[in-house]
Amino acid sequence: MVAKKTPLYDEHVKLGGKIVDYAGWFLPVQYEGLVKEHEAVRNEAGMFDVSHMGEIMVKGKDAFRYLQYLLTNDLSKLVDNQVIYTFMCYPDGGVVDDLLVYKYNEEEYLLVVNAANIDKDFKWMIDNKKNFSIIIENVSDQIGEVAIQGPKAEKILQELTDFDLSSIKFFHLKRDVDIAGINCMISRTGYTGEDGFEVYASSDEIVTVWKKVLEVGKKDGLKPAGLGCRDTLRFEASLPLYGHEISREVTPLEGGFKFFVKLDKESDFIGKQALTNQWKNGLTRKLAGFEIIGRGIPREGYEIYKGDKKIGYVTTGYMSPTLKKNIGNALIDVNETELGNEVDVMIRNKPVKAKIISKRFLKK
Amino acid sequence: MKVAKDLYYTNDHEWLKVDGDEAYIGLSDFAQDSLGDIVYVELPEVDDEFDKDDAFSAVESVKAASDVFMPVDGKITEINEDLLDSPELLNEDSYENWIIKIEISDKSQLDDLMSSDEYEKFLDEEV
Repeated sequence: MVAKKTPLYDEHVKLGGKIVDYAGWFLPVQYEGLVKEHEAVRNEAGMFDVSHMGEIMVKGKDAFRYLQYLLTNDLSKLVDNQVIYTFMCYPDGGVVDDLLVYKYNEEEYLLVVNAANIDKDFKWMIDNKKNFSIIIENVSDQIGEVAIQGPKAEKILQELTDFDLSSIKFFHLKRDVDIAGINCMISRTGYTGEDGFEVYASSDEIVTVWKKVLEVGKKDGLKPAGLGCRDTLRFEASLPLYGHEISREVTPLEGGFKFFVKLDKESDFIGKQALTNQWKNGLTRKLAGFEIIGRGIPREGYEIYKGDKKIGYVTTGYMSPTLKKNIGNALIDVNETELGNEVDVMIRNKPVKAKIISKRFLKK
Repeated sequence: MKVAKDLYYTNDHEWLKVDGDEAYIGLSDFAQDSLGDIVYVELPEVDDEFDKDDAFSAVESVKAASDVFMPVDGKITEINEDLLDSPELLNEDSYENWIIKIEISDKSQLDDLMSSDEYEKFLDEEV
């Protein structure tokens, strides 16, 4: 299958973006350079094209009850115009996807899902619709999205709107905001560990937002940022990536994301029984952070050993651009996850010493 | 992309510069540019022996690790230790900053490599 182009494809090419096929989409892995873009987001601001992300609307009088059944987090305390992070699980506790839920009102929610999982998620949602009185609509192709992230994100975006952006609190949204003459939905959310906004507009109009933000942001050091630094930024901020820290095989509890799985939620939800049992019986493996003490960079899939015994594998690893350390996440035997424990990471068939550290790498 | 003259090149974008019975080996400008910001270089040890096409080093950017392969059979006589502390030298000038020096085991293997002109054409066609 040929990869698809987002509405911003031509802009990426014009900016010299190095285009790759990611999850079926042609997207820039970098423009000027991964590290420069990473640093721009940490110190000033960066803008990402995230139009590949999927958007699925759930509407109807049972929307709340349906989502409580479908998702692991508890939406009962969510107010209108609030956003929540959650998992959608299989009955065995494995993860269908991780996603954001935007609550417009009791009968209208927008789910923002991973690009690679759109079709799978949509089918899963339809298959589990049961008798709930709802309409599920995949509106991914109608919506374009950009993420403006970094300490200067608010200042830059504020130049393009009369709406007071400081009134949007973390994990809240505002609909019908005029940005550079375009009708947008804005949320104070992101995937970088920095302050910032995600801006949604129709796929025809997102290009205007992109161009205007680049134009006004330039003097404040805003750079277009590619997928390369999107991954290093989210990794440093301990945010999971589907297929790595959580997956079909790795439950949110094993990933260390129990906060987003409300086992005490009143309503039943798909996976509740299996996850409750897993928690009660005790985990056998768990995600841990580690730092390489010897020389070498850990990479996804590298095996972890304690002595002669294989205890797990690396889910994500990098030379962290912010911390300048070789660090990673690993899914390992729960008995080996104690802070300070020394393990070996197999780098090109050679054991390299590493020690377990907190996976909250970035301390703010 | 810069292609330095009077060197031998491989399909994997290594270069080789003959120096008597020995040769310097490094990465082409195209290779360093494709990798992006290089943050780590793993080097072999002096006296290690490798066959043609064996991976003798790994060069890593933030994004990924790439093996570097032997253009011909040979024994390591020198390694460029500057790269251990300053891997970015490869981004700055990948022809000036060689990775290893070897003793060539079989000079006839040089015939299988590309000339600078051939490599330039290869880049045009392949990339």
